[in-house]
Amino acid sequence: MAELKYALYTGCTARESTPELLMSTLAVAKKLGIELVLLDEASCCGASHLQDFDDFLSLVLNARNICYAEKQELNMVTICNTCQLNTVMTKERLDSDENLKSQVNEKLAEVGLEYKGTSSVRHFLYAIIDDYGLDKLAEQVVKPLDDFNIAAFYGCHNIRPSHLHRKHNRVERGVGEGGGEEGFEEVPLMSKYNDGENPYNPTSLDRIIEALRGKSVDYDSKNKCCGFHADLQAPHTAHKLTGTALLDAIDNNADMMVTPCPLCHLNMDVKQDSVAKEMGRDIKLPILHLPQLIGLALGIEPQELGLQHNVSEPTFV
Amino acid sequence: MSSERITKKLTFKTFRFNAETDFLPYFKTYEMEVGKDELVLDILNRIKWEFDGSFSYRRSCRHGICGSCSIKVNGKPVLSCKQNVWELVDIFDTDTLLLEPQSRKRVVKDMIIDKKDFWEKHAKLKPYLVAEIDEHPKEEIKVSPHEAEQLLEADYCIQCGNCYYACPVVEVNEEYFGPAQFAKAYRFNADVRDNAKTERLEKVREMGPGVWDCVKCFECAEACPKDVDPIGKITKLHNQLFEEGMAQDNVATRHAVGFKHSIVKHGLLDEGELVRYSEGTLGVMKHLPEAIAMFKKGKIVMPWNMPKSEKLDEIKTLVKSSSKVKF
Ligand code: SF4
Ligand code: SF4
Ligand code: FES
Repeated sequence: MAELKYALYTGCTARESTPELLMSTLAVAKKLGIELVLLDEASCCGASHLQDFDDFLSLVLNARNICYAEKQELNMVTICNTCQLNTVMTKERLDSDENLKSQVNEKLAEVGLEYKGTSSVRHFLYAIIDDYGLDKLAEQVVKPLDDFNIAAFYGCHNIRPSHLHRKHNRVERGVGEGGGEEGFEEVPLMSKYNDGENPYNPTSLDRIIEALRGKSVDYDSKNKCCGFHADLQAPHTAHKLTGTALLDAIDNNADMMVTPCPLCHLNMDVKQDSVAKEMGRDIKLPILHLPQLIGLALGIEPQELGLQHNVSEPTFV
Repeated sequence: MSSERITKKLTFKTFRFNAETDFLPYFKTYEMEVGKDELVLDILNRIKWEFDGSFSYRRSCRHGICGSCSIKVNGKPVLSCKQNVWELVDIFDTDTLLLEPQSRKRVVKDMIIDKKDFWEKHAKLKPYLVAEIDEHPKEEIKVSPHEAEQLLEADYCIQCGNCYYACPVVEVNEEYFGPAQFAKAYRFNADVRDNAKTERLEKVREMGPGVWDCVKCFECAEACPKDVDPIGKITKLHNQLFEEGMAQDNVATRHAVGFKHSIVKHGLLDEGELVRYSEGTLGVMKHLPEAIAMFKKGKIVMPWNMPKSEKLDEIKTLVKSSSKVKF
């Protein structure tokens, strides 16, 4: 099998407040033999907030990021749900509107770039499930997680709006001459496993947990919002949403929680004390990034997975 | 040729409650053979006609247009008269479907909820065209196809409430207007004939009830049976506030604008600086306990170590030439 190789769009958070996410992603990719080329030229995706202020600017910047993956003839992987959605929303709008695409390309031409639409953009979670394969992942497990009840927290922007993700998380089948649209088949990436991730009952993370031989926790909040994007302007709302999800996981006997989104991670991990005050109950739950969880099962050293950076002590290690 | 009908045996676990007589809600289970063309509304009818005449739900048009028949099936908001049952069996990979009202806490009887809050909030945003119209016009007011397209299909809303009762902010903040209401505000704000844009934007920008409290969960976009994409309209309302010069200087607007400042400087977001810029130097104090916890764990990047994008000059050029909005 050809080696898997992607352009990694890290987003800003993995370079700053969640350094452990980048560390663990690189460590897991190395262990699995997935080559990641860092897109160091990339800028912030705007995280849905720049989009509120200046929509056109956000389109230009996101298109520029994709250009750098295209230049390397690589598909892009993301490690943040919000980066994923903002990048893929840009892609969807440019790919379906020639006029908008040429307006954006007019700007990009000023810096010698052109957005073509040849690279797909998907979250690392789905790259592992579909391109690497769950069975293969299961074979690599050296420290099975069977002693743990693990709560999967999906995060909004990987599962909604589902039609967009279904369209863009598609399986690549032998990229044709020079890549391009004809190289992709319109098949939902998750089709092999779940006929498309169902936002009302997502299963991808649970399947990963099972592949790592952990027990996945069944709880209502797994597909709910953590409130991150209104943290500053509506803290009570955000805290209530974060707290409800954390307590739901705790009340269903979770030993830890895992999420593919560093923004959910920040809310769930760092804010437990202030959220506990809002909810009137103690909250103590280790929160892992997806690659941290995978890395533990693959036998990678906790230090290499950056567990020392997690605020809610991952005491089970 | 055999005329035998192909059916599936399905179980419907159904929420039951009568506010006048019941203290607690309960579930009743109904089993039936369901054909591949049957809709959720057919099932509701069959429960009433074949099992229990007291079972209550709303429906009127049976045509996906009155918005009265919305319920939740396995947590997914649906229009009963549009949603095929076998499709749900496929999506959820199960033979048991849970039928619930859109909102349990507003339930009156079985599937029927009290939508008073939904309508009251609508009314506050002037959900109608405000214009000085000549009572005896010589010709109709013309709207070009391009102008009509600016509504972005917000006029397709049938006020079913699926998005509203799916919105997590509505659940925790009773003041919050909600997605359908914002979609409606956008629908008239984008109408070239309308004169109440400013009034609507004044309401829309308020902290608490307004657009800044949206957590961007996309539940509304997922829930809408008419593809109205309410969160997309909320983004448009954010844009209008800035474009019209009506964005107030507050934590929410500075939070949005702060991204641009950061990107120009570093390409990436300076997370710490964004919080300071949004909250103000004093406001930042309330984040101190978290900041200390993060600092201890090596999660705070010092200004002198702030990472920068390679080819920052390109980013600067693009921000300069593509940026259209002022604040
Ligand atoms: S995106 Fe905003 S309006 Fe829509 S459901 Fe979520 S919080 Fe509510
Ligand atoms: S926006 Fe869609 S879901 Fe919301 S009330 Fe209108 S039609 Fe229903
Ligand atoms: S009965 Fe009118 S929308 Fe379903």
